[in-house]
Amino acid sequence: MNAAPLVALVGNPNAGKSALFNALTGARQKVGNYPGVTVERKAGRLVLEDGRPIELVDLPGAYSLEPSSPDERVTRDVVTGTQDGERLPDALVVVVDASNLDNHLRFTLQLIALGLPVVVALNMVDLAERDGLKLDPKVLERELGVRVIPTVAVRKRGLDELKAALSGMVVNGPMRLRKSDGSVQDDIVTLQRRARQIATAATVSETTVRRWTHMLDAVALHPVGGPILLLGIMFLMFQAVFSWAQPFMDLIDGGFTALQAFITSELPQSLLRSLLVDGVIKGVGAVIVFLPQILILFLFILVLEASGYMVRAAFLMDRVMASVGLSGRAFIPLLSSFACAIPGIMATRTIDDEKDRLTTILIAPLMTCSARLPVYTLIIGAFIPNTQVLPFVGLQGLVMLGLYVMGIVGAFVAALVLRRTVTKGVSSGFMMEMPKYQWPQWRDVAIGLWSRAQIFLKRAGGIILISTIILWVLLSFPKPPEQPAGAPKISAVDYSVAGRIANGIAPVFAPIGFNRDIVLALIPAMAAREVAVAAIGTVYAIDDPESNQGGKAMVENLRGRWSLPTALAFLMWFVFAPQCISTIAVTRRETNGWKWPAFMVGYLFAAAYIMAGITYWLAVFAGL
Amino acid sequence: MNSPHSLETLPRRQHGVVAAIDWAKLAGPEARRLRELGFDTGVDVEVLHRAGLGRGPIACRIGRMTVALRRAVAGAIQVSPAAAPAE
Repeated sequence: MNAAPLVALVGNPNAGKSALFNALTGARQKVGNYPGVTVERKAGRLVLEDGRPIELVDLPGAYSLEPSSPDERVTRDVVTGTQDGERLPDALVVVVDASNLDNHLRFTLQLIALGLPVVVALNMVDLAERDGLKLDPKVLERELGVRVIPTVAVRKRGLDELKAALSGMVVNGPMRLRKSDGSVQDDIVTLQRRARQIATAATVSETTVRRWTHMLDAVALHPVGGPILLLGIMFLMFQAVFSWAQPFMDLIDGGFTALQAFITSELPQSLLRSLLVDGVIKGVGAVIVFLPQILILFLFILVLEASGYMVRAAFLMDRVMASVGLSGRAFIPLLSSFACAIPGIMATRTIDDEKDRLTTILIAPLMTCSARLPVYTLIIGAFIPNTQVLPFVGLQGLVMLGLYVMGIVGAFVAALVLRRTVTKGVSSGFMMEMPKYQWPQWRDVAIGLWSRAQIFLKRAGGIILISTIILWVLLSFPKPPEQPAGAPKISAVDYSVAGRIANGIAPVFAPIGFNRDIVLALIPAMAAREVAVAAIGTVYAIDDPESNQGGKAMVENLRGRWSLPTALAFLMWFVFAPQCISTIAVTRRETNGWKWPAFMVGYLFAAAYIMAGITYWLAVFAGL
Repeated sequence: MNSPHSLETLPRRQHGVVAAIDWAKLAGPEARRLRELGFDTGVDVEVLHRAGLGRGPIACRIGRMTVALRRAVAGAIQVSPAAAPAE
């Protein structure tokens, strides 16, 4: 049985490759990884008119066959048939941006020279025409010697013609490369000149029109207006995370409270009920509540990315990033890290410079990720009075902002130190193509959000559920013996396995003001930060079973058991806290070894301990 | 009469033609990426924006593409005013 023919989509960045891939394969996509590297392999199925299936794989965008990042290396290795875990494609669809021919044709020439059957998708012809550029595909076909099909991926134009062209190309029998060693890297300059000639020949008419992109850039890149706009967008983003999400969070919270009430009334007092209510619902519910916030944050990041604004933000931030030895490129992964460090660290793959990339990975966990929100929200709600400092500015919001700023400042200081010590090297440059602005395709954004929601819910149902249950077990056993009436009651938590472990470790954390409850929460928080909230909830639910187990009781418990300096130290700990296991795992994958993740955990641990200690003692001396 | 500028000092919105690129001033990968983005003698360029905050990067148009460059790189690219014949 023969596998379906493999066709690779390949082209420059910003050629509209992914849009074409989505249009050709619909939602039937499989996202995986190439072995040994963390480059995503996006594949989908396409059915030709005659019913033959084709496996379509979307390769990372590249400028040439000489790779300068792990992403581009995969592209080269696949089209030359040297990539592990991938066969040599039976044909290539080379995607070029119609309005950027002179640049994109150079890579096309390199790809054609490989000798695989090639069809060129002359994409975004509508935008080119809107920009006053009229092209003749026939001339292109003649000059390039391959089929050229005008397409508009987002409007599904030209797809049938593309499929028809493919069905004539993928014939039986394995393909042979004309030159299999990638030695077609003819001099870039020569190829570039040839590409320009072809582009000029294929241009029927070219009128200069004032382009949308230029008008928008006049604002977005304005020396004064640009930074203000960027600040405004960031403000809107965080505002949205906190206020737009609230109704949805209340809804989810209400659902869990109802479920808990239902179980409490239907089941008799038993271990099972305690497990369900104190362990599962308390723990997992405390985390799932934050799904709306995380999705809103990702919505912003996906839209900024898809619209082309993200590169402008990198441009504006380059100067600032350069002052700590990074480049504007690092801004994009760092901004993503506010949602979650994992996609942030994965986004560093677009940074060519190895040292630059490593530094960005090492500081990414200092960006306050959304998993820390539950912790911040709970502690701030319990300890910081909700007073107005200025009109529209509450003290609680100000403290929250302060924690974010603390993380950013910490990251900058860390970058500065790292770039002068462990990741020392020449400052890398900043050179980026700025794509045209585009309306985000809502379908593509929806697909992105859906996959984020799935990942989060899998975490909640997986690692978070498991660690909550383990903690519940460790907290529930052994049960303290019944005391005779009149004798002091033994704390169920102190008597349990977890309590004994925590009491053992507690002296290490006592100097920075952490009590036993915090130590108990820190251990499972290594699995996922938001578990800290779940853990504290479980601790108090077991310790104080009589109390009405709502969110209110938890706040009262906190106020009764923690001092203000302890609470502040705890917040500071979480600014720097050693990150969750998943972040460590992704760092290991991205840096190919344990050395850097170990270093990262070590330096963050030290920073968290020192900063929490300083906070605690300052607060104590200030008499708080 | 027009002496060549570097791209770094080319006035905004004024077209220029790349006269020479001092490849020796550029790091290897940087030079390659610059070539890949289409920088070459005889190509029409234009400075679109300069980032504020002192010596931020430059956004320039090359062909139909907008490219962001640091000033040091732009300084290695010599341009002559567009009216003059290329090279």
